[in-house]
Amino acid sequence: MKIVVCIKQVPDTKGGVKFNPDGTLDRAAMMTIMNPDDKAGLEAALRLKDQYGAEVTVITMGLPKAEDVLREAIAMGADKGILVTDRVLGGADTWATSQTLAGAIRNLEYDLIITGRQAIDGDTAQVGPQISEHLNIPVISYAQDIKIEGDSVIVERQYDDRYHVLKAKMPCLVTALAELNEPRYMTPGGIFDACKAEITVWGRANLVDVEDSNLGLKGSPTQIAKASDKVRKGAGEKVTLDTAESVDYIIGKLKEKHVI
Amino acid sequence: MDFTLKKEHEMARTLFREFAEKEVKPLAIEVDETEEFPRATVEKMAKAGFMGIPIPKEYGGQGCDILTYAICVEELSKVCGTTGVIVSAHTSLCCDPILTFGTEEQKQKYLPDLASGKKIGAFGLTEPGAGTDAQGQQTKAVLDGDEWVINGSKIFITNGKEADVYVIFAVTGMVEKRGKMIKEISAFIVEKGTPGFTFGTKEKKMGIRGSSTYELIFTDCRIPKENMLGQQGKGFGIAMHTLDGGRIGIAAQALGIGEGALERTIEYVKERKQFGRAIGAFQNTQFQLADMATKAQAAQFMVYKAACTKDQYTKDHKTSYNVEAAMAKLYAAEMAMEVTTKAVQLHGGYGYTREYEVERMMRDAKITEIYEGTSEVQRMVISAALLK
Repeated sequence: MKIVVCIKQVPDTKGGVKFNPDGTLDRAAMMTIMNPDDKAGLEAALRLKDQYGAEVTVITMGLPKAEDVLREAIAMGADKGILVTDRVLGGADTWATSQTLAGAIRNLEYDLIITGRQAIDGDTAQVGPQISEHLNIPVISYAQDIKIEGDSVIVERQYDDRYHVLKAKMPCLVTALAELNEPRYMTPGGIFDACKAEITVWGRANLVDVEDSNLGLKGSPTQIAKASDKVRKGAGEKVTLDTAESVDYIIGKLKEKHVI
Repeated sequence: MDFTLKKEHEMARTLFREFAEKEVKPLAIEVDETEEFPRATVEKMAKAGFMGIPIPKEYGGQGCDILTYAICVEELSKVCGTTGVIVSAHTSLCCDPILTFGTEEQKQKYLPDLASGKKIGAFGLTEPGAGTDAQGQQTKAVLDGDEWVINGSKIFITNGKEADVYVIFAVTGMVEKRGKMIKEISAFIVEKGTPGFTFGTKEKKMGIRGSSTYELIFTDCRIPKENMLGQQGKGFGIAMHTLDGGRIGIAAQALGIGEGALERTIEYVKERKQFGRAIGAFQNTQFQLADMATKAQAAQFMVYKAACTKDQYTKDHKTSYNVEAAMAKLYAAEMAMEVTTKAVQLHGGYGYTREYEVERMMRDAKITEIYEGTSEVQRMVISAALLK
């Protein structure tokens, strides 16, 4: 089995988010880490490798220093790393990013593509599903469990209060949640090997079936006007009532909040 | 001369620091209070490959260098001196002599389980009457057919009851040296569970209280003849060579304890207010911190230099590292004691309570001036090299 895992080097938001005066992220002032959802996706791929045997390729789009995150993935147990970097790819939004990654992945053989649900620096959750659209393969998002059965993947897709079990024929794409697993540590020996490993570097010329108009800042329909720290979603409220009472309760709440 | 670490060492530090913060730090106070060996942490370290860092891959290790191992012990010791010494004693005092002096069969038999952390290693040299004076050894080994029969006891053994494989030293005869009859000392590998090998008292210690420090007792303990480590009569040299390497581990432990106390103190002086200001705003505090940081930095350079020198020895089997190791241990241990004492002072009354970690760190620091050669022994080693 061949698994491709898309990972992203992101600023570590644990110590707080720092912004430039123009409202964009001050990336230089923040430490970088592997995006947590992507790390869970990588761990899921490595567990499938442990269990079924697989070749795990990690791919990232970013600045040349994003190579570090590929080496970290190799130190955890990934087999190969591919860095997609080119000036013309800079300033990409989710559309241009997914076009770029899909263009790169078209060079690879794969049964399964795993991406993180979303990156902590953008929180869009769009790139994974968009890649699947570009590649014309099924997507199962928000995976909290991934299993392989024959030529299919069986995924538990998480919702706020339940999960769905979905089965899809491979090749397909799965987006992983950080809660999916506890990612393993790198090993010291893995680090030494990773530092010696050759990282494949691809530029614009290596992207297959992608128009220039879909790449980089020029190919990005969305522009960031202003970024701000995330406001956490509340835990919500759960009530146990029969159907009629539930309707009354919801109507009451909506009136209370002047929604209706 | 380049003082920057290579990429692999920086990445390894990130790994060790993350592990220490996440897995070790939350348990440090409990380990000290309960004096219980942190078995679960050791299992996690084993899984992460920390128990075989400088062991070659062919023997199941990580195939890294001594510098990486020293950084591991440093980062663990920043948050827990006990955890640091468990790795240090296991790696430097048991794995290293088997790797350096063992036969191919011994290496194949013992190193894979030690390097994977499936088994833990320990080292038994010290006796009630033989610490710094290794010639005071009373433990004897007598060859009986195909077996060595060991009688005697060893004290203050780190990883004592928790270990599975022990490198033990015993007198195997008398030899003439420069007209004097002296004890011939040999090294052996003894496995836990060997009949006649039991444990005595558990030491109640001032610091590193979670490390398992026990007396080992050998009563007609029979081990196979092939478990002699190195040649008969070469035990003293094996012990000294092993301790030269061990001192790098203890120097790294001392370094970590000092750095850990400095980190805690920097956090504390920013928050603690007296006379309406954070105490970090007072020049006395600033100067104390400056001295602490300068000495910790100097110690780090010395520890890394010693580690790199031993790495050179690993490559050429010629480069001597005993003086570098002795200097690193001497300086780092005295730095740790000084820095932790100042850290407690800067914490004031709170620093004297167990609620604040600097109290434990000061107790943990003291042993680094004593074990694997006291500071006085390090001065002997250094001055002997100067005057030879």
